Amino acid sequence: MADEGMEKTGTTFRQSLAIQRRVIWALLMREVITRFGRENLGVLWLILEPMMFTLGVTALWSAAGMTHGSSMPIVAFAITGYSSVLMWRNTVGRCNSGIHQNLNLLYHRNVKVIDVFVTRIVLEMAGATASFIVLAVFFTAIEWIQPPDDLLKVIGGWLMLAWFGAALAVLVGAATAYSEIVDRIWHPTAYLLFPLSGAAFMVDWLPKAGQEVVLLLPMVHGVELIRDGYFGTRVHTHYDMAYMGLVNLVLTLAGLCVLRDAGLRAEAH
Amino acid sequence: MIRLDNVCKSYGTRFGSRQVLRHLSFSLERGRHMGILGRNGAGKSTLIRLLSGAERPTSGRIDRGMSVSWPLAFTGAFQTHLTGLDNLKFICRIYGKDWKPLVPFVEEFTELGIYLREPVQHYSVGMTMRLAFALSMAIEFDCFLIDEGLSVGDSRFGERCHVELFHKRKDRSFILVSHDPGIIRAYCERAAVLHLGKLYEFPSVDEAFHFYETQNVPPPGPRFD
Repeated sequence: MADEGMEKTGTTFRQSLAIQRRVIWALLMREVITRFGRENLGVLWLILEPMMFTLGVTALWSAAGMTHGSSMPIVAFAITGYSSVLMWRNTVGRCNSGIHQNLNLLYHRNVKVIDVFVTRIVLEMAGATASFIVLAVFFTAIEWIQPPDDLLKVIGGWLMLAWFGAALAVLVGAATAYSEIVDRIWHPTAYLLFPLSGAAFMVDWLPKAGQEVVLLLPMVHGVELIRDGYFGTRVHTHYDMAYMGLVNLVLTLAGLCVLRDAGLRAEAH
Repeated sequence: MIRLDNVCKSYGTRFGSRQVLRHLSFSLERGRHMGILGRNGAGKSTLIRLLSGAERPTSGRIDRGMSVSWPLAFTGAFQTHLTGLDNLKFICRIYGKDWKPLVPFVEEFTELGIYLREPVQHYSVGMTMRLAFALSMAIEFDCFLIDEGLSVGDSRFGERCHVELFHKRKDRSFILVSHDPGIIRAYCERAAVLHLGKLYEFPSVDEAFHFYETQNVPPPGPRFD
């Protein structure tokens, strides 16, 4: 009988998983075409956009001598730093408008707010990751930077930043369901967090008191781990992945709780 | 079977929480057609949103023992940067259906011609309506939610909608929400009236119609409790 409208009462976990995968795939295709269109470079912009940002920042920082006289290779410093900012700042930015822009999709019973968030997070992270890899490979190939000292550490730091970015995006994005003020506050917060996030400095350059303060910010630990992996013994890094993991876990739980309630409150048009 | 049990829905206003639906209970068997009459502001659209699952009740339960459609010919979920065909693909992906075999039906039904492959933002209101209705028919449901709407479009299109819906799919359930008693008389075997947030059920359409005609609705005031 007519059962393709599906979601009868009592869907098994496996069926739910299949539905969710299908919905997220559909949303991904929709989002890609909506954001980047089919004309000219299309989906390539997903990578080119963060690449342009990172290249611009790399050029600026090189010109400004941001490494403060240390022996740090500036191009690698800028690429590792700015790419990691994209992981948490852009994901949150995209999720903040997520509920509002997609309310009408909730008329399709299988589409939930979490699907919209997952789609946007995946897309942002795919773009930032691809941009990071392309730039790193390119500059390594033309021998402006050396290959990473320990690739596993770079990947580990990147994944921790991804987890942090995703958890924060869900929490802040879901909170926008309660009030637009959340989004308004997010913009200055993100702007102010950027210089503190460890992207534009090494913790080791700071005085002891300053180190203790910035190490309260979880993303600093991720960036430091990436730099440890990239530069190895050439730099002295400070990080505590257990601390970052704990903060991520708390953010994730808080995010999922707020999201659950936000999903119940969402009002379609 | 779809069953509502003591469903309430409130929305926040500047004057506090306002109860739009109060303690609604009814059930609809598979294959039955129910009309819900209500004047503007009676809570019809809210009820449709709850039935479709777009919003949750503030309290009470909705059990769906059958698949329930999104509101028929609903155009709000169109992504207007996408083409009509993209929107068809999107709907099909969400509901896990192959879109390719549906293209001839959508082409024939919408009569959009080359515009099926143009962004929806270039469509006229009538074209958007035809696409929306065609997409609603592309996915099969046990129960269709119909929120007014069917009067839109020229008479030939209206006729074809009626054939698709009330003839080809007359074995399905319908919940038809309208302030037009004519359409409910024509297609429903039972009717209820939504009046000031409460649902009054009647054994026959005529009795519901009579009640509907004789009620006066004061302008929306506070309805707190």
